[in-house]
Amino acid sequence: MAATSTPTTRVLVPSGALGISFDKAALDRGLAARPDIICIDGGSTDSGPFYLGTGTSKYSRAVTKSEWTHLMRARAAADVPLVIGSCGTCGTDDTVGWMLDITMEVARELGQELRVATLRSSQPGERVKDALRDGRIQPLAPASEMTAELIDACDNVVALAGAEQIGAALETGADIVLAGRTTDTATIAALPLQRQAHPGAAWHGAKIAECGALCSTNPTSGVILVDFDADGFTVEPLADGASCTPHSVSAHMLYENADPFVLYEPGGYLDVRAAQYAALDERRVRVTASQWVQQPAYTVKLEAARAVGFQATIMAILRDARYVRDAHPWMAKLQAFLADEIHTHMALQPDSYSLEFRLIGIDGALGELESKPSAPAEVGVLGIITAGDQETANEIGKLINPWVLHFPLTEDEELPTFAFPYSPAQSERGPLYEFCVNHVMQLEDPMDAFRLDVAEVGRDHAG
Amino acid sequence: MTTLADVAYKVRSKNAGPFWVTIDIFCGDRSAFEQIRNALTVARLATVLRQPAEAIRCFEIPELNVIKYSLPRPCVQGSRFDRDMHGAQLAVLVAELDING
Repeated sequence: MAATSTPTTRVLVPSGALGISFDKAALDRGLAARPDIICIDGGSTDSGPFYLGTGTSKYSRAVTKSEWTHLMRARAAADVPLVIGSCGTCGTDDTVGWMLDITMEVARELGQELRVATLRSSQPGERVKDALRDGRIQPLAPASEMTAELIDACDNVVALAGAEQIGAALETGADIVLAGRTTDTATIAALPLQRQAHPGAAWHGAKIAECGALCSTNPTSGVILVDFDADGFTVEPLADGASCTPHSVSAHMLYENADPFVLYEPGGYLDVRAAQYAALDERRVRVTASQWVQQPAYTVKLEAARAVGFQATIMAILRDARYVRDAHPWMAKLQAFLADEIHTHMALQPDSYSLEFRLIGIDGALGELESKPSAPAEVGVLGIITAGDQETANEIGKLINPWVLHFPLTEDEELPTFAFPYSPAQSERGPLYEFCVNHVMQLEDPMDAFRLDVAEVGRDHAG
Repeated sequence: MTTLADVAYKVRSKNAGPFWVTIDIFCGDRSAFEQIRNALTVARLATVLRQPAEAIRCFEIPELNVIKYSLPRPCVQGSRFDRDMHGAQLAVLVAELDING
């Protein structure tokens, strides 16, 4: 009898994230290639701490639902599992619930009967504090301190699930897996790993495909197909005119990675230093010899955000040539004057709030790092107020409003009037969130920090 | 003046998670790779970014003619004084450097 060979696992990745659109003709080609699973990412920290702080999605519900409807149809046609990781940008329990709600709505509209597995990644504070007490929390570089008080102050804490948790969700026989926060690669790596694909290849191929066609010569085209087997993986972009080359594929390890050779995942790390990249033809690249290094302790990365204040903003535009030229000294003078005004009228000490002006057109994006002298026609003055509560931030905005409109460079000139683009000039921004945890948590069992539920959706249980 | 961008194929910078930023210089060919690695030392980059040189990790990848720098974000992504949520403008500072400077 012949030895059982490892089957090829074919993974279809529609795009780098649900919500940024994908090439529908290319997706059809992917479906025709009979994939074993369809995987897409739903989130990232890249848009900032607000989404994790609030437990909300960056993308609109309308766009998310429209793309998800298309993928649910594709899944039904292919009759394979559809997996989304990091639901709703931040992957909290709330955004998994949001995605489940959309899924149930679409299932009803399409008349689909589905088994839906949800994997929840939100962490109760007590669990993290227990781990901290037991010495199961370690800082990552750049190191910061974790304390029980910090955990209590967090609005949301999530753990990043890996292939084990996604694998457990797939083992329920789910048609659709809605996962909370996962690593970017976990949804793609899980099935190949379950089916005994080369572990280095499973993680490396997942990393290459997780941003969709960014690993190809046509980065915006979306759809990617990856074949995983016992020796390596083969990656192929499916859009017209897109191709993968050894250069485009190997260069993708650089993308958004601090270290281009090593990628840490729950349970170990991927090392691609010895990886070999070969062009199979004009479109496809074969990669072998990537290495997975299993580590003795199973750790998952934590992410958390907390509110650290409330903000209001104000915007004015300087167009007078003298003010444009002297915008920096004008701003410094205004800043000192306003600190006094705020102290006089609101009795606020400088350490209880901040008022920062940024000069758009001069150094708005880079601040003190800006090296290029500029001579713009106009300068945008963006004032950012941060205070301990919203009412105070709004009050400061109102207090400074007339001065931001009229503050003169010298005492002996007629009051200038700058351009306010709208009324009121000040805007309430709500809470300011910060990413405040850069640690891993050690687990005995990969499922210890995650909750898996299964729901039958669109089936009538009444009969 | 010849800038680094005149010699390189592409320079980009991006967050690598909320706490790191990474700068990728695609030099294009071996001669540009050699020219850029000689011109842009870690010490020079540290001065441009006003960060300690010890904080900067440098990776040279001759097979791709790539030089990559990673460093802890001077401001944690999205924190109060962060000016650039995605960290993409640091690339411009590098691209505009005088290659002979």
